[in-house]
Amino acid sequence: MKSGRLVSGLFFGLACLYFLLPLVGTLEFSLRARRGEYSLDAYRNVLGDPQFHQTIGYSFILSMATIVLGVLIIAPTAFWVRLKLPRLRPVVEFLTLMPLVIPPIVIVFGYIRLYNTSSWLPLLGSSAGSDFLLVCGYATLSLPYMYRAIDTGLRAIDVSTLTEAAQSLGAGWVTIMAKVILPNILVAILSGAFLTFAIVIGEYVLAALLNRPAFGPYMVWMGGNKAYEPAALAVVAFAITWASMGLIQLFSRFSKHTQARR
Amino acid sequence: MPLAPDRPASRLLVWLGVVPFLAFALLFLILPTLQVVTGAFRTPDGAVTLQNLRGLLTPSILHALALSLKLSLLTAALGCVLGLLLAAAVTRGGLPDWLRGATMTFSGVASNFAGVPLAFAFIATLGRLGLITVILRDWFGINLMATGFNLISFPGLALAYLYFQIPLMVLIITPALDGLRKEWREAAESLGASGAQYWRMVALPVLWPSLLGTFALLFANAFGAVATAMALTGSSLSILPIILFAQIRGDVLQDPHLGYAVAFAMIFFTGIANLIYVTLRARAERWQK
Repeated sequence: MKSGRLVSGLFFGLACLYFLLPLVGTLEFSLRARRGEYSLDAYRNVLGDPQFHQTIGYSFILSMATIVLGVLIIAPTAFWVRLKLPRLRPVVEFLTLMPLVIPPIVIVFGYIRLYNTSSWLPLLGSSAGSDFLLVCGYATLSLPYMYRAIDTGLRAIDVSTLTEAAQSLGAGWVTIMAKVILPNILVAILSGAFLTFAIVIGEYVLAALLNRPAFGPYMVWMGGNKAYEPAALAVVAFAITWASMGLIQLFSRFSKHTQARR
Repeated sequence: MPLAPDRPASRLLVWLGVVPFLAFALLFLILPTLQVVTGAFRTPDGAVTLQNLRGLLTPSILHALALSLKLSLLTAALGCVLGLLLAAAVTRGGLPDWLRGATMTFSGVASNFAGVPLAFAFIATLGRLGLITVILRDWFGINLMATGFNLISFPGLALAYLYFQIPLMVLIITPALDGLRKEWREAAESLGASGAQYWRMVALPVLWPSLLGTFALLFANAFGAVATAMALTGSSLSILPIILFAQIRGDVLQDPHLGYAVAFAMIFFTGIANLIYVTLRARAERWQK
């Protein structure tokens, strides 16, 4: 097995080069804004750009709204299907996987035709309506991840016993959901939430085609007009993705500890 | 354990619980998709027609479709092979255990690192002033552009796509590799099989449905992606989703219903790919129990 280990090591090294060089290259490039020496000028320009603050703030608010909407729709549904309608489970699962089958650009094309100013529900006629449509679009894109995360969380707890116990103490459905089920699947919800955040914060296609001032279109605009700032933006975006995924890992490790204690 | 008495009225109430979800899915998933699909088969006046689909056969759209298929098939195939090798290296290659955890975590990040920033990263690395380009020029006297390599082209885009395709493969195939039991290897070896024979006659046939299924998933993943290509090549490389993007923005095909047909073609291909994925995954899971 000696030679096998050598080949494995060699291949792993090559893979490291392919995956790490673009990261190093981006970091190096982002520091090159001043001629002849490394500087943080590109970051200063990006962080000092009011457009950066507006667009990333907008995308941040939108991702929070998406997470809230996603949890509000999916958590009660997944709970209800587990408790009362197991027959419906394949249907719900199929629907939540559809966004992986239908490309986002096709979904947003449908939105534009369905909700334009001359349609029965002219959401695109106002900016508030467009924002709402964009949030719904993002919630749709995150359906597969959010549903899977929450359903995995529900599988780990005894839904029917918890519900009966709460009911016998006189709790209504809203109380059961808010005070019994949600706290018990909080870790699962958080991992779904961070994944959603990572998807939404830099999303381009939906935001661009619905004409919303989000971070994704801003990055593309920067890419067409500046030299070093896009690399700085890529570093920021990568840090955001990395932080989101890191937090998911952290929370899932945390949840393993709490489960081991039971 | 029926919690509510099983009267017809309460049964109706039970169904009420899923109404918000179904309404949401109807409004923001099903109806928009149906709009596109039915639009592909209708004239602007609403009559049923196949003319739009025939419109797909124009040279520019056929060219874009061929380019998209080529890009998706190539990056899916390379992603599968390289991802399998990487997964095999960290799970079975005798490398230190912590490398496996690090690779899985990194794959989780990289498979989500698609879109605009990925394009920027490759421009900063292999673009005209990118790190590798400059190092090759200054240290080795190699002019990368003169060798015929151009990042803003088909090979450049494929190279960028592999950055999320390989990690996705690693994430999906590692559990399948874990499902290969040690006993099978030992049994093969005790019968005199070499390492290569074990892979060819035992491991690969068991992994085959997983591999093919993941190939289909990677294909769909690449086929629907727009943002990376958009940010990397502008619109100089007309793959199918970029044509659709331009059509939605400014009706470049000068026929709204041809846009529907292009969108329908995209659903058609990603739909077939996902159907293959789901079917084969069910078969693959038999071995993972």
